[in-house]
Amino acid sequence: MALDKNGIAKRIAKELQDGCYVNLGIGIPTLVANYVPQGIKVEFQSENGILGMGPFPEKGEEDADLINAGKQTITSLPGASFFDSAMSFGMIRGRHVDLTVLGAMEVSEKGDIANWKIPGKLVKGMGGAMDLVASAENIIVAMMHTNRSGVSKLLDKCSLPLTGLGCVKRIITDLAVIDIIKDGFLLVERAPNVSIEEIQNATKGKLIIQNKVPEMEF
Amino acid sequence: MINKKVNSVSQALEGVQDGMTFMLGGFGLCGIPENAIEKLVSLDISELICISNNAGIDDFGLGKLLQNKQIKKMIASYVGENAEFERQMLSGELEVELTPQGTLAEKCRAAQTGIPAFFTPAGYGTEVAEGKETRVFNGKNYVMEEAYQADFAFVKAWKGDEAGNLIFKGTARNFNPLMCGAATITVAEVEELLPIGGLDPNQIHIPGILVDRIFRGNLYEKRIEQLTLKKI
Repeated sequence: MALDKNGIAKRIAKELQDGCYVNLGIGIPTLVANYVPQGIKVEFQSENGILGMGPFPEKGEEDADLINAGKQTITSLPGASFFDSAMSFGMIRGRHVDLTVLGAMEVSEKGDIANWKIPGKLVKGMGGAMDLVASAENIIVAMMHTNRSGVSKLLDKCSLPLTGLGCVKRIITDLAVIDIIKDGFLLVERAPNVSIEEIQNATKGKLIIQNKVPEMEF
Repeated sequence: MINKKVNSVSQALEGVQDGMTFMLGGFGLCGIPENAIEKLVSLDISELICISNNAGIDDFGLGKLLQNKQIKKMIASYVGENAEFERQMLSGELEVELTPQGTLAEKCRAAQTGIPAFFTPAGYGTEVAEGKETRVFNGKNYVMEEAYQADFAFVKAWKGDEAGNLIFKGTARNFNPLMCGAATITVAEVEELLPIGGLDPNQIHIPGILVDRIFRGNLYEKRIEQLTLKKI
């Protein structure tokens, strides 16, 4: 069965490594913070200027001066720090942030990503996404495998304006874990009870299947 | 000690004119110069170019200047959550320059610190880089971005003193410190204004040399855009 958004977040959380600094984008990526595996210490960075982001506040504890990049009220953990936006993107471009998880509208088999604009229609802007994808050492895309009309978001070539070139390393969707390799999308894992055929049908770019593809474990 | 204090928001905004370029601090509605914006809305000035990470929401922040059609061009990184903005942009009434957030921050800092241009990897190979000089350093591609030029910077700090020294709070810091001294005139508004000597020099984020006028804002609504609470 295809995963829901929390399922995707849960699988992504397995990618977290002890001692890493992580930037989570808006949407599914934000949910990853709820599933940090036990015994692992990670620190969350939000590009509007905080390291050591904590959970949402209790009622009455919310502070208009303390939000994340999704403009949600948050808390800070002991040891947290605040900084300005140039410092924030300095630590991103300077590759001090180890992992970036963000959403996407399209990803190509070359690792190109589009997630900021639908010409003539949706105009939201790139926010920090272009800086993040141009710089991060390790980028994971969290998204649904197809869009609302059922059209694949994993393409041979992006049709929408790009956010970054050749930067995505891994994609985790409701159906599969996929790595970007030289020749295309390498199918690494399947969601529980999802067949290779289903994934193949939902993938427009070149899907590479090597050996037996295991099911995801949580 | 040079005293930067002005007694009212009107005095702080003296000299603003049609067609000027303004920098405005804030991320979403967090740390925006509410009092300066409120005053700008009441002034008969238009054709403005505004540099700010976001464009407020329909009825708050920069959204109010948009509703009034006072803005000719908006330079921002993210403009979602604002229906009027999207309408004006898609209809062509409003010129928009979308800029990667880190680049926007750095273009402010470059203006603040006398750097005319810099190279960043952000946006290489995308439409953001179109028409811009690119270069390869150590095998990686970079885009040249230039410092902003602005007439006024409007920033908001938590505490300040009459010498113009500023301290920010939480994530309300964001772009505010980077815009100080990045325009011809920097106007800082603060929640608490202390006499000269009222702040510990060790704690100051922005030294007063980067601030031209400082005043205490009378009204801070500090609206929360997305109230999210711990689920019980």
